[in-house]
Amino acid sequence: MAARAQQIGPSGFAGFGVALLLAALSLGTLAVVGLNAEGLFSLGPADWAALRFTVSQAVVSAILSVGLAIPLARALARRRFVGRRLLVLLLGAPFILPVVVAILGLLAVYGRSGILSDVLVGIGYRPLEIYGFDGVVLAHVFFNLPLVTRLLLQGWQAVPAEQFRLAAQLGIDGHNFTRHLEWPILRAVLPGAFVTVFLLCVTSFAVALTLGGGPRATTLELAIYQAFRFDFDLGRAALLAVMQFALCAVAAVLAWKTGRTSEFSPGIERLAERWDGRSWFASIGDGIMIVMVALFLLVPTVMVIVNGLHGLATLPASIIPAAMRSILVALGSALLTLWLAVMLALAIARQEPQNPRVSGLLEGVGYLSIAASPMVIGTGLFLLLFPHIDPARLALPITALVNAAMSLPFALRALLPAVRQARQDYGALADSLGMTGLSGFRLAIWPRIRPAAGFATGLAAALSMGDLGVIALFADADGPTLPLLMYRLMGAYQMQAAAGAGLLLLVLSLGLFWVFDREGRHDAGA
Amino acid sequence: MFRNALLGAALIFFPGGAAGAEDLPVLNVYTYDSFVSEWGPGPRVEQAFEAQCKCDLQFTALGDGAALLARIQLEGERTKADVVLGLDTNLTARAAETGLFASHDRVVAGLDLPIEWTDTRFLPFDWGYFAFVYDRTKLSDVPRSFTELAAMPEDFKIIIEDPRSSTPGLGLLMWVKAAYGDRAPEIWAGLAPHILTVTKGWSEAYGLFLKGEADMVLSYTTSPAYHIIAEQDDSKAAAIFDEGHYLQIEVAGRLVTSKQPKLAAEFLDFMLSDAFQSIIPTGNWMYPVLTPKSGLPEGFENPVPAEKALLMSPKQAVDMRKDALDEWLHALSK
Amino acid sequence: MLELDHLLIRQDDFSLAADWQLAQGQKLAILGPSGGGKTTLLSAIAGFVALSQGRIRVDGIDITDLPPARRPVSILFQEHNLFAHLDVAQNVGLGLRPNLRLSRAEHDRIAEALTEVGLTGFQSRRPASLSGGQRQRVALARALLRNKPVLMLDEPFAALGPALKAEMLDLVKRIVGLNETTLLMVTHDPGDARRIADQISFVADGNAAAPEPTEALFNAPPPALAAYLGNPT
Repeated sequence: MAARAQQIGPSGFAGFGVALLLAALSLGTLAVVGLNAEGLFSLGPADWAALRFTVSQAVVSAILSVGLAIPLARALARRRFVGRRLLVLLLGAPFILPVVVAILGLLAVYGRSGILSDVLVGIGYRPLEIYGFDGVVLAHVFFNLPLVTRLLLQGWQAVPAEQFRLAAQLGIDGHNFTRHLEWPILRAVLPGAFVTVFLLCVTSFAVALTLGGGPRATTLELAIYQAFRFDFDLGRAALLAVMQFALCAVAAVLAWKTGRTSEFSPGIERLAERWDGRSWFASIGDGIMIVMVALFLLVPTVMVIVNGLHGLATLPASIIPAAMRSILVALGSALLTLWLAVMLALAIARQEPQNPRVSGLLEGVGYLSIAASPMVIGTGLFLLLFPHIDPARLALPITALVNAAMSLPFALRALLPAVRQARQDYGALADSLGMTGLSGFRLAIWPRIRPAAGFATGLAAALSMGDLGVIALFADADGPTLPLLMYRLMGAYQMQAAAGAGLLLLVLSLGLFWVFDREGRHDAGA
Repeated sequence: MFRNALLGAALIFFPGGAAGAEDLPVLNVYTYDSFVSEWGPGPRVEQAFEAQCKCDLQFTALGDGAALLARIQLEGERTKADVVLGLDTNLTARAAETGLFASHDRVVAGLDLPIEWTDTRFLPFDWGYFAFVYDRTKLSDVPRSFTELAAMPEDFKIIIEDPRSSTPGLGLLMWVKAAYGDRAPEIWAGLAPHILTVTKGWSEAYGLFLKGEADMVLSYTTSPAYHIIAEQDDSKAAAIFDEGHYLQIEVAGRLVTSKQPKLAAEFLDFMLSDAFQSIIPTGNWMYPVLTPKSGLPEGFENPVPAEKALLMSPKQAVDMRKDALDEWLHALSK
Repeated sequence: MLELDHLLIRQDDFSLAADWQLAQGQKLAILGPSGGGKTTLLSAIAGFVALSQGRIRVDGIDITDLPPARRPVSILFQEHNLFAHLDVAQNVGLGLRPNLRLSRAEHDRIAEALTEVGLTGFQSRRPASLSGGQRQRVALARALLRNKPVLMLDEPFAALGPALKAEMLDLVKRIVGLNETTLLMVTHDPGDARRIADQISFVADGNAAAPEPTEALFNAPPPALAAYLGNPT
């Protein structure tokens, strides 16, 4: 018994604790909501229609995101040009933009009165009308293409530079290059990337509704929302949430069967030079790809900036405390995410050799929250806490906690490979030197995972920054966060100022990401 | 760097509690989010009421009326709310069913409402008509009824809100039902080709409209007043429909579980005073239920004659909404 | 004959110059401190690093502007010489055909090459199931099949034990002997140089010195080499 406890160590227990916490947050809250339900409940045809729409738009969005990301990532991986790093950073912007801001940016380009429509009308055509299935897919590709691109870029970074040189010397080019160098990584990364996008689209709600053009575009998440506020039918909400979990579980199992789940590698920009695609044909192809996708992704982002600049002057003074509050929530949430992810990753890596099942279970729990409904988590937490404490007093910590849980799947993906590698390289050495506990972690593991940790923390901070999240459910007594203030501005007819707040959100989110990512890479080699 | 951030976070996450007003009794008022925003009536109402009540008025802000009701349903008898402010007549029957709302014990007369007020639990504090808002400078041929709207050219587009997630959305559902009864599905089928999209809430819809995405948006007859008063822009106007306009009457009620029943009653009285009512027009951009002594600001002329005011009784609204929603879903899902 | 004609490589604040020739069939060891540019020199000859100045010729043909695949050289890295998802035969076969459409005759040649490096019957093994030494043997078999006039080794045996390393060096010696291949080998170990090399180029301070006969150089090392070698062995 004692020997076993020794082996697991304090941080091992912490890892199990984290897994329990996450399971409680996603499944526990669902159970609480279900237990508070009264009477019988069943699903109607509208619910099944919602399921069908949810699945079909998510599948198409995922296919397109992945399909476009492959040539884009390849082009970015093998071309060097001025501003490439900035481009890669900005490409990440849609993923962390608050939904409403992003939608307005998208419509400024693709809407009926957007730039493209103006051009079309100018040359005698009808304006674009993207509302409907197309609009939903367009928006989802806009949000997720950058994510998949980043995943692929990082996957290819894991290919040793020698292999590219070897391929160059052996004259492996064209489809042979794809087959021998790109495909092995694609095979490892794509299933996971596909499922990640699929899951994100499954739980989408405001995008699907606003651009979907009407109730045809009802997703499960909207059905859950309706069950809460239109019907106040907790049982139906819980049942729909179970359906959403089941759907995500099926997708995850499929991904796991078709390949190893993908992993973010450390956030180091360590792109090996490649010799493939040196023909003018390939160069032009890559150039067109980069320009097209950059236009697709960046023009809406630029429109967010342009619209926001007009609104900056009209921002109220309360924007400053709101921004401070948001930054602090984001920092708290990001550091919590980091801690949770590190503890969990350590436990996973430690259990892997002897107990692969336990380890797999822990990993699965880490990804649970991606399938959870924020509405269910919020309501469940509320039902749990309300009898004991005034929820408004806990608004900010709870927001930080829930945001941390929501960012965890991404953070875990970033950290797990680094932690595995560090354990593999130094685990035995650290054990033999008796470097256990915190000091062992600080000396043996931390320096190795620092870049990945910086990337993960930055992403978590950015995601938390832009998220309205559960704060709307918890009625903050101390004042609004930045996204909430932005919504309040919109609610008070002040669309200009709201656009300014959106710009501020964008800048702060990207800024936080950049700072953490850089902090992680900073003296990583020392 | 990490350590300092953590310390700062801890400080803001667990504040020591509000200083100052410790000895004063606290009145908890649950209301919707835009009421308490710094541009809404909340801050001025709080100041005015605290000046007379020797109490600490604390707002708890939730998304909107439906979210308020859901919260009260979740909290049940343990709720700390003394007053709930911001439900409307589409929600009052369900709110009354919870048994949590006390009778207001007042004789209500002389209100400037298009209808007579008979509810014994809830008191109205403002009202408005749902209407489609358009831009005068862009639209000359304005539809004057749902049927004319349905007959507009194919590329005439409107934006509406989803009844499942928004108050105006539900209002429109009731509007069509009140005006057309069993013919509602037919009207929806006619409107369907003109509905550009359905948004989650009013903000998204109105934002898209201001961006020029559609010709008209579902809002209120008082929306143009905002642009006139706050932006000196008189280009926005509300289309007045022959069928009449559906009323939204926003109400407040006091809870039976309140530990401050006297204060709660005092607040309801205050709500019907000139101090409160004069804040409503340019605070909430709705009509006050009592015309302020100073009169109504420009743009608040009522364009709808009282006999054209449509409203379901709270009971009708509850009985009707499930079927009305199914009709709507059916018509728009084709 | 390998000619480095007024060759100069500049990368940021690093530079390396070389201006010498090496006759066909010679075995050259490249010695020098870390970061001195030994690997960069091989990379430049293989075409992975662009020259700032100068020309590279092999047997009188200017290869300076050729892409890596068309240069008459093979290179072995310290690791990652094999593709993990291909078996041993395929990894060797890449040296014959990048598309791996191998004829029966080519399979026979692969088998012979594997026998030559002591891996008879290893065709269907995966790299993951091989030891470090065995993997390098597979890479050597591929180089043997490619049969390029110049073979370059970038510390390919640094991770092996002394006995195994000696064995590998002898194998290399035998292989380059088969086709009169010119050998360039980067190493840290003067012992390696003694065991295999006819000549030595000492790379330090931004310069790759012209090759000198191994014995002569070790017997009377210039000061920089002496400092590098430490106590004379």
